[in-house]
Amino acid sequence: MTSPLDQKKIKIAGPVVVTANRVDDGAVVYRSPDGGWTTELGGAAIVIDADSARALAEAAAGDDLHAIGPYIAPVELLPGGNVRPGNLRELIRRAGPTIELPAPLES
Amino acid sequence: MYIYDAFDRRLLAERVVEFRDQVSRRLSGELSEEEFKPLRLMNGVYLQLHAYMLRIAIPYGTLSTLQLRKLAEIARKYDRGYGHFTTRQNIQFHWIKLAELPDAMAELASVGMHGMQTSGNNVRNITTDQWAGVATDEIEDPRIWAELIRQHVTLHPEFSFMPRKFKIAVGASDRDRAALRIHDMALRLHRNAAGETGFEVMVGGGLGRTPYLAQTIKPFLPQRDVLSYVEAVLRTYNQFGRRDNIWKARIKILVHDLGAEPFAKEVDAEWQSIKDGALALEPTMVADIAGRFRYPDYEKLDDGPPELARTRRNDRGFDAWLGNCVTNHKVPGYAIVTVSLKPEGGTPGDCTAAQMDKLADLADRYSFGEVRVGHEQNLALPHVAQRDLPALWRKLDAIGLAQTNVNLISDIISCPGLDYCSLANARSIPIAQEITRRFHDLDRQRKLGRLHINISGCINACGHHHVGHIGILGVEKNGEEFYQITLGGKADENATLGTLVGPAVPYAQVADVVEDIAAAYLDLRDKPDELFIDTVKRVGIEPFRERVYAAR
Repeated sequence: MTSPLDQKKIKIAGPVVVTANRVDDGAVVYRSPDGGWTTELGGAAIVIDADSARALAEAAAGDDLHAIGPYIAPVELLPGGNVRPGNLRELIRRAGPTIELPAPLES
Repeated sequence: MYIYDAFDRRLLAERVVEFRDQVSRRLSGELSEEEFKPLRLMNGVYLQLHAYMLRIAIPYGTLSTLQLRKLAEIARKYDRGYGHFTTRQNIQFHWIKLAELPDAMAELASVGMHGMQTSGNNVRNITTDQWAGVATDEIEDPRIWAELIRQHVTLHPEFSFMPRKFKIAVGASDRDRAALRIHDMALRLHRNAAGETGFEVMVGGGLGRTPYLAQTIKPFLPQRDVLSYVEAVLRTYNQFGRRDNIWKARIKILVHDLGAEPFAKEVDAEWQSIKDGALALEPTMVADIAGRFRYPDYEKLDDGPPELARTRRNDRGFDAWLGNCVTNHKVPGYAIVTVSLKPEGGTPGDCTAAQMDKLADLADRYSFGEVRVGHEQNLALPHVAQRDLPALWRKLDAIGLAQTNVNLISDIISCPGLDYCSLANARSIPIAQEITRRFHDLDRQRKLGRLHINISGCINACGHHHVGHIGILGVEKNGEEFYQITLGGKADENATLGTLVGPAVPYAQVADVVEDIAAAYLDLRDKPDELFIDTVKRVGIEPFRERVYAAR
């Protein structure tokens, strides 16, 4: 899975979003069309060319107060207008660990 | 237990105040992430895939029940009800909120705990044998020396911005339970021919993308010189270590490129100039540190009480647990109990807040209020009276902590992998879970005997895959998870790096491959008590390669 640390050049092979982690709690957020951030992938601004992706990422990088480390991530557009992450790393970021988290054993 | 003094307590309290201010300035926008990141890292705060992660040091793996209960409280109050014990005697909380971190740190400081130097290019948490102070085969308690070094390097300005991180381990037995040779620097206490106690000094070990085993640069270092020699090694590394390339910055690269002998000469030149100065240890200084380690007031007991033999005869489950999880103690009538954190289908090293609380209760009742953390991601109760073992076993079983799989194939070391870690290329935990399900039958595990599987989700090797008897490394190929398998690695006193078996296999085939390797071992071993690792050494990896790839 491509780490954002390795994302040096912008190559777009399909629809993408800009994603980051929220400053307050590290939660996964997506850049929204209104220049804010949303935790819902469905509310993310989706672009399909490198210039638009770069512009979206640069604008996102300017909002250091709310989000950390914005980068461009692929998405898939599904029938009916739904969106899903384009690779396993992004799937896990969106949905959480693929494993069952420990169930607290109450006293 | 080690008892902190007023200086230690003040240092932690001041650190919390400082960090609270830093967090406040980050949240207000006064500090950018670029400015804040090195500050949070110095306190063990990382950013992972979904959340911040707080890594807390457990120096030399020793925890009081007060501390364990505090960790449970942190898990419950600030995280999601569990913590993850790592391969370096740390615990991580994976869901912590930035705004709440200062409060969590203040609570940790109240019991003498912190995240300082669990990240960053400094000397990390100093690790040792989790059985320190109670092992039958140790020369003396290695934690005294680990604590001495810890005090010297904590917030040491000269060693806060080194080329890369620096991991030190200290051992005191011929049997290596602290994985000494895979550390940047390791110290092994031993006696020389004259009967004097000193240290074998090893440097340049490390895993990651360029794995090396540490090499001995000083066979015998007198105890009085340990601080000055550590300082000389750190200075030499600080001066000559590469800062232009993060992948070549660890001391292992320097030692390899320069050669161990020339490196030792550089160290020696530095050491000669400082060895008789302020860092020369007076016996009173060592005695002061040693005096702050408190040992239990053991009862005078005999080994092998009758109730133990009776329960062994009557309960096969207890007998198996005793044989697998209980070790001899240096005090007659006592035992060391390893508490496996590797349940079938579970996450290696995870422990819920409720388990921590209940284990603390059991440690208070049966282990003089002390718990240990080992690099294999298991816990230990270090001072259990043998007569109490049956009762303890039943109570551990009631909270899911009586797995009888220590050192067996399901006792897997695993990093958090792509389920949590922003550096990972592939998942580790689900691979471990599937293997534990495949080998859930304890009789089958026992038939296979001692067999260590280590799994890493990327080349950084937090899961120590290079030194697993079976090592599994997750890689990415065209967006898919693949896994390289190595055989023959080990991290003990005869440490060896594993050898790659062949091409990486896809996620869905990893457990099948492990089953093939296990079956091949049973066919290849020359007698039932030849260990897996010894069979690999004797026959090489070719017969395993043939078995694994014949059908793929």
